[in-house]
Amino acid sequence: MTTPARGAPSGGPDRPPPGKQILSADDIGRVLDRIAHQILEKTKGAPDTVLLGIPTRGVALAGRLADRIRRFAGHDVPAGTLDITLYRDDLRRQALRPLGPTDLPPGGIDDHRVILVDDVLFSGRTVRAALNALYDLGRPASVQLAILVDRGHRELPIRADYVGKNIPTARYENVQVRLTEYDGTDGVVLTGGEAQ
Amino acid sequence: MKHLLTTEQLSRSEAELILDLTGRMASAVSGREIRKLPTLRGRTVVNLFYEDSTRTRTSFETAAKRLSADVVNFAAKASSVSKGESLKDTALTLQSMGADGVVIRHPASGAPQRLTEWVDGAVLNAGDGTHAHPTQALLDAYTMRERLGGIDGRTVAVVGDILHSRVARSNIWLLSKLGARVRLVGPPTLLPRAIEDWPVEISYDLDASLRDTDAIMLLRVQHERMHDAFFPTANEYARLYGLDERRLGLMPDHAIVMHPGPMNRGMEIAAAVADSPRATITEQVANGVWVRMAVLYLLLTNGEL
Amino acid sequence: MSTLIKGADLVGRGRGDVLVRDGRVVETGTVSAPAGASVVDADGLVLLPGLVDLHAHLREPGREDAETVLTGTRAAAKGGYTAVCAMANSYPVADTAGVVEQVAALGRAAAHADVQPLGAVSVGLAGERLAEIGAMADSAARVRMFSDDGHCVSDPRLMRRALEYVKTFGGLIAQHAEEPRLTEGAQMNEGAVSAELGLPGWPSVAEEAIVARDVLLAEYVGARIHFCHVSTARSVEIIGEAKARGVRVTAEVCPHHLLLTDERARTYDPVFKVNPPLRTADDVAALRGALAEGVVDAVATDHAPHPPQDKDCEWPAARPGMLGLETALSITVAALGGPDACDWDMVAERTSRAPARIAGLDAHGRDPEPGAEANFTLVDPARTWTVAPSELASRSRNTPYAGLELPVTVQATFLRGRATVLDGELAPVAPPAPRTRADAGLVAEEIE
Repeated sequence: MTTPARGAPSGGPDRPPPGKQILSADDIGRVLDRIAHQILEKTKGAPDTVLLGIPTRGVALAGRLADRIRRFAGHDVPAGTLDITLYRDDLRRQALRPLGPTDLPPGGIDDHRVILVDDVLFSGRTVRAALNALYDLGRPASVQLAILVDRGHRELPIRADYVGKNIPTARYENVQVRLTEYDGTDGVVLTGGEAQ
Repeated sequence: MKHLLTTEQLSRSEAELILDLTGRMASAVSGREIRKLPTLRGRTVVNLFYEDSTRTRTSFETAAKRLSADVVNFAAKASSVSKGESLKDTALTLQSMGADGVVIRHPASGAPQRLTEWVDGAVLNAGDGTHAHPTQALLDAYTMRERLGGIDGRTVAVVGDILHSRVARSNIWLLSKLGARVRLVGPPTLLPRAIEDWPVEISYDLDASLRDTDAIMLLRVQHERMHDAFFPTANEYARLYGLDERRLGLMPDHAIVMHPGPMNRGMEIAAAVADSPRATITEQVANGVWVRMAVLYLLLTNGEL
Repeated sequence: MSTLIKGADLVGRGRGDVLVRDGRVVETGTVSAPAGASVVDADGLVLLPGLVDLHAHLREPGREDAETVLTGTRAAAKGGYTAVCAMANSYPVADTAGVVEQVAALGRAAAHADVQPLGAVSVGLAGERLAEIGAMADSAARVRMFSDDGHCVSDPRLMRRALEYVKTFGGLIAQHAEEPRLTEGAQMNEGAVSAELGLPGWPSVAEEAIVARDVLLAEYVGARIHFCHVSTARSVEIIGEAKARGVRVTAEVCPHHLLLTDERARTYDPVFKVNPPLRTADDVAALRGALAEGVVDAVATDHAPHPPQDKDCEWPAARPGMLGLETALSITVAALGGPDACDWDMVAERTSRAPARIAGLDAHGRDPEPGAEANFTLVDPARTWTVAPSELASRSRNTPYAGLELPVTVQATFLRGRATVLDGELAPVAPPAPRTRADAGLVAEEIE
């Protein structure tokens, strides 16, 4: 784990400096290993479990977690994609988001344990939209949430079951998660503080 | 893009985005128990129809409701010249009611464009005079893409009353933009003058136009055109420009037969052709809902592409 | 009372002064101001004979919500006009002596410009029976021009009879050339733009077919004919050929047909809807050429005011027509090459002398020579202006030039020696009373 730097120009004592890498590629690998183990432990081997990634980067994270669970436990946990664009409550304010596909594993989600996977947990609105989307698609037995970075500032009573790293941030800062599948490299960077 | 008035206004990438969204809408709702999305909850769509068109109105209404919008049907008098509230006054009424989107069907070409000057909401053209019918063209293009695997490089024959057809006009701009070869077929009386600059080929001979056609689009022929001497009789029209089984046989095996409806069976299309598996007429209707969902989503969420 | 106009460009006679007394020109050349004369400093201004409009719709009686004779003649004065021919399509139609005398009387009362009513050719403009043309000619309004304008006299037999009948008193028929069967439902010029916009087309041949027919009819019966608002290249070609053959044919063109094209319809804003419609760039070029060559004799405004509800609507529901009186001179100058390149004598000919001759208005269209009525207009060739609908003198606002910067401004208009416009602003003209010229900005000094 990285150690937060002290005395950063715009950060408080516990905050990393802006533009600073807070998770390296190796860190992300270790974090995902841990989450996979936690899932296996908490779900007692992850039977009847489905991982659903929330586009964009949650999809790759769900795939990586499924690989790890297969490696560690020797059995497949199906992974799919849940696009939540049509369920967002901020469509009027945001620039247009093209719709992504929703791909459920062949077994569906009814009576399964669904683990939603996303890169950053912030206000909680995305997870709220994902829950609504999920319940329009079927009736899971239970729903859990796995997240790479929790940056705080929740606006809804939502918490993650599996957290890679908690990072204290200012509201105006940006947490950028970079993944090889999209960005050519792995890493998490905090930016945007300077402008304020 | 704040409004959808014509297909001419769309760039190729905008048109492709709409067609992609159409596919997403279809898969987002098809085969689900709950065929409704919360996307446009709390937003109001007004269907302002100055012409009777149950098909188009119902299609827009279904699309809006599947996205959870509130739908208000505002049936105005069918005749454009009858004494009644002016379009401007109606527009100001809708404006003060707070319509987020107005779907307008009007017998006057250009009425939707005028409407944009009087309302703040998005204006969706559901057919204006003999000018444009963009969602029909988009659903036709989507149907072609689904059935033919693409539009680029395909040859599409549009047959019949081009002069009075808003469907033809919207298809010409859209399909040519998407890379299709568009061929207009009809008697010279039913082709507009001065269309040398249009991105089309022109033919008066249907038989000669069929062999290399991937899709044929038949336009509804209005019987009253006979009285204005555009053609002599329905029989003669059917003989020269109607698609019957013999002519269907002249087309390649993969070619599809399209019609925007409502059809005159026995006139522009023989009954056996209309009912053949190569006809896409009912698919077009189903695809119309997805297309209109895509367009409503685009225009009523934030209006930026 | 006398007025001395000092140092104007007298178009073809160099720079000079014009002394006016009791409504007539007394002296030109270099004139020193007599005692008590008011002096107008016209340095840098062009003096044109007062403009004469062969074709205006003043809307009174019947559509006073669009225009009245008073507001229409105020617009005329601001545009540099001293005489306006009022079209017959009022409500009731000017097809009797009573109506034309009423319009003439309204014109005299308005006093901003002379108003010469036209009479209808047919009863109620219906194109069926001849109106009482002789009675209108004999009336106090002394009507010489007859027109069903707004409608074509399409029945060839009625047209032949009308052409013959007006020979009695040397009158003429002003034809609105439009074969009605070819323009049923028409909304704009038929061509590439109408095809794209899906608006029913008004084919140029519908005008040309009538122009050709009526040239032949007029030639056959040996009558005069005048064509209103010719709008196509082929029309002026046919008229040119007829003139070369010696047929007694004259023609007018409207300013909007000299400047605007059917591309304007792309806005679907009916302020650009007019009959005959705006045509193509090729037609505009041909009309400009014909005007310069004199194949087209005159510029006429076809000033057609409409209240807002007749234009704030969808295109097909809108009434055709646009304002013209206040912008015509600027657009004519632009069409003839602009204020620097244009031949001002030709401007005077096409906007004043020729229309006055065609309409038989002998007191108008005359250059400032001793004895002539003092009807003229002073134009600043160097000053441009921007059209603001709200500032127009017309009661209506349907100008297609809103926001456009136009060349040349009318600085003053004189009707029988009295200023109807001074310093670009309407002057109070009724009752005609002596006034202190120094009060009006343009006027220089009072000479004792």
